[in-house]
Amino acid sequence: MDFSRNHFELLGLPVRYALDPSRLERGYRDLQSQVHPDRFALSPESERRVAMQWAARANEAYRTLRDPVARARYLLQLRGYDTEEETNTSMPPDFLMQQMEWREEVAQARTERDATELKKLRSDLGGARSEMLLQVERALDADANFDAGCSLVRKLRFLDKLDREIDDALEPLEG
Amino acid sequence: MALLQISEPGESPHPHQRRLAVGIDLGTTHSLAATVRSGSAEVIADEAGRPLLPSIVRYFPDGRVEVGYEARAAQADDPANTVVSVKRFMGRGVADVARYGALPYRFLDAPGMVAIETAAGVRSPVQVSAEILRVLRDRSERALGGELFGAVVTVPAYFDDSQRQATKDAARLAGINVLRLLNEPTAAAIAYGLDHGSEGTFAIFDLGGGTFDISILKLTRGVFEVLSTNGDSALGGDDFDQAIAMHWRVGHRLADAGGGDTRRLLAAAREVKERLSSQGEADVHVTLSYGQKLHLRLTRADFEQLTAALVQKTLGPTRKALRDAHLEARDLKGVVLVGGATRMPHLQRAVEDYFGQPPLRDLDPDQVVALGAAIQANVLAGNRAPGDDWLLLDVIPLSLGLETMGGLVERVIARNSTIPVARAQEFTTFKDGQTAMAIHVVQGERELVADNRSLARFELRGIPPMVAGAARIQVTFQVDADGLLSVAAREKTTGAESSIVVKPAYGLSDDEVARMLQESFAHAADDRDARSLAEQRVEAESLLAALRAALDRDGDLISAQERTALEAGMAALERAWSAGEARRIKAAVEELNRASDAFAERRMDRAVSGALSGRRVDEVARK
Repeated sequence: MDFSRNHFELLGLPVRYALDPSRLERGYRDLQSQVHPDRFALSPESERRVAMQWAARANEAYRTLRDPVARARYLLQLRGYDTEEETNTSMPPDFLMQQMEWREEVAQARTERDATELKKLRSDLGGARSEMLLQVERALDADANFDAGCSLVRKLRFLDKLDREIDDALEPLEG
Repeated sequence: MALLQISEPGESPHPHQRRLAVGIDLGTTHSLAATVRSGSAEVIADEAGRPLLPSIVRYFPDGRVEVGYEARAAQADDPANTVVSVKRFMGRGVADVARYGALPYRFLDAPGMVAIETAAGVRSPVQVSAEILRVLRDRSERALGGELFGAVVTVPAYFDDSQRQATKDAARLAGINVLRLLNEPTAAAIAYGLDHGSEGTFAIFDLGGGTFDISILKLTRGVFEVLSTNGDSALGGDDFDQAIAMHWRVGHRLADAGGGDTRRLLAAAREVKERLSSQGEADVHVTLSYGQKLHLRLTRADFEQLTAALVQKTLGPTRKALRDAHLEARDLKGVVLVGGATRMPHLQRAVEDYFGQPPLRDLDPDQVVALGAAIQANVLAGNRAPGDDWLLLDVIPLSLGLETMGGLVERVIARNSTIPVARAQEFTTFKDGQTAMAIHVVQGERELVADNRSLARFELRGIPPMVAGAARIQVTFQVDADGLLSVAAREKTTGAESSIVVKPAYGLSDDEVARMLQESFAHAADDRDARSLAEQRVEAESLLAALRAALDRDGDLISAQERTALEAGMAALERAWSAGEARRIKAAVEELNRASDAFAERRMDRAVSGALSGRRVDEVARK
């Protein structure tokens, strides 16, 4: 398979963080309609295998670019930067403080089975996340400050983890 | 390989030649087949004009088998040899089956999946299902007047890998070429979406006889995209019958009713349940095996109270599916009801309350899945009419992962990933000098291996001795368009390699299927050989035709040397065709396929490049 194209190129997009979701979707569908295994149901086996590999690749590209954090991580990787999410746990003190506060609030709302409070926390978190994604766009596209980009991705990973915890806490309350 | 029909993918090379294709809904309670005739999908009825086939198989001591209405009529008289709701046993072990309570069968603990000891011998659920499929195949071939080219067989969206594999094995055993395994709600969405020209995000709420699925789909022009799916592969109309039967047992002190009487009670419960969908009260007379006559009654209010918890059980998966799709109930444009059990008024009310809108139920909930499968089968078989160029993007329902230290699961592919999907993950050794690694593949959402379903175990050997943590073992998971998994492991520094197509322990090898087919065709061995030769010849002809077309179009992609090799392979296949030996043709086809691999890849690269550059020109022009 031709691996010379990155995810952006494969889906017909400029290699940058900001993207037009409708263009992403169109690029993905155009590619899938060329390579999807359903188009090759009658073809010889080797051809069906190639189609499956291409379709899997198209799905991977779409999955990565659609998710803002995965897209940032991928773009940084293309620029030669490792986000070091597993190894680098150093965080600015104010971010850590904020994290701890949120975590305590989630734990408390969970104990009190307070769905309203959990939803409010989720929405607060969503606001912080959107703000951070704007910073990612600035760091990656305008400033080409990739170190700042890596640090933001690490922070976003924390937020996403917290978001999942809120989801988990909400699930039994809604059920 | 080289045989891409790039101009009109999927179009038949001989447009005048229609391939007979059907969609088959292999259901818990009943099964049916449908096909596309003169542009519209229709159900294929039996000779008595009945569209449905009860999914009930009765075995006789002389080996004879009865399927459908006759078997259903006998289920209370011969419960141990009359298998009902076999779909619930597909890919399931003894422990899974135990949850259904006392069943009248003699179960055997076969590896990976239960088996049932019948009057005709031991039968696996795969074989029982194959009997049902064989009846539908015969019915279809009679109605369509020729041999089937292939079928799309539907499975519950929430079926795991073992259940899917078992279903595919059953179809192969019935002599059916499986064009695709298709998720039932997705099939329903095709039938519904194409029928109504719908656009927007829909939920398909599918409560069948034994399984519950909820899928969230986005329908846009020409694309059916599944955003998420969830469900319960052990919840269905059967459970409502059980609840009624249990209520009567307690009320009439029938605690010790045997297998046959249990069947009588369940059949009565089913009848009452169905009547309660249109009336406030229903009653039925039952005579038990020891002569006791019962007059059994139930009001709708009592029924709803008895089964309220079952209705509630559908809402948990519904919530999870919406959450995974990042949507709220109010974001949906419509909720389509599928499956016979959605006829129950209290279920419809629960769905309406949850989604805040009345559900859509204008298509027959028993038939819509088979109709959608027929439409997809028609397209996959190459009978594509102009405009039939939609794209179907489905997902896997459950996460796939590997066992790591401490019995924990490392997730490799997340649930609701669009298929086909391939992911690789790196692992390393735990001990110094470790030369082999056990790979344990599991499916499910829980953190502990023990709480998930074990799919397969295999070993990677030949890892060079290194200190712990130095080896780099890459494990690749690949899920194909049927939702079936294969796994490969490779040590990166040496290239030691090991791979398997994940099959549960019972999984049938090609040879086993061939042998079982042979046994079932024992009386007609000549027919079978003839059929096999015909199939291989067709395969050879289409491969040769495709390859010639590819060489004409894209011959510049290969060197003179490669072309010579390819032409030699083609000549060998032509000779095998003339010799008229199925086995030899098969080998030559396989050889030629291998020889044309590189050509296929280059042609696909060219096709994709063409599409990309076409789009860029287009976009530049618009600016």
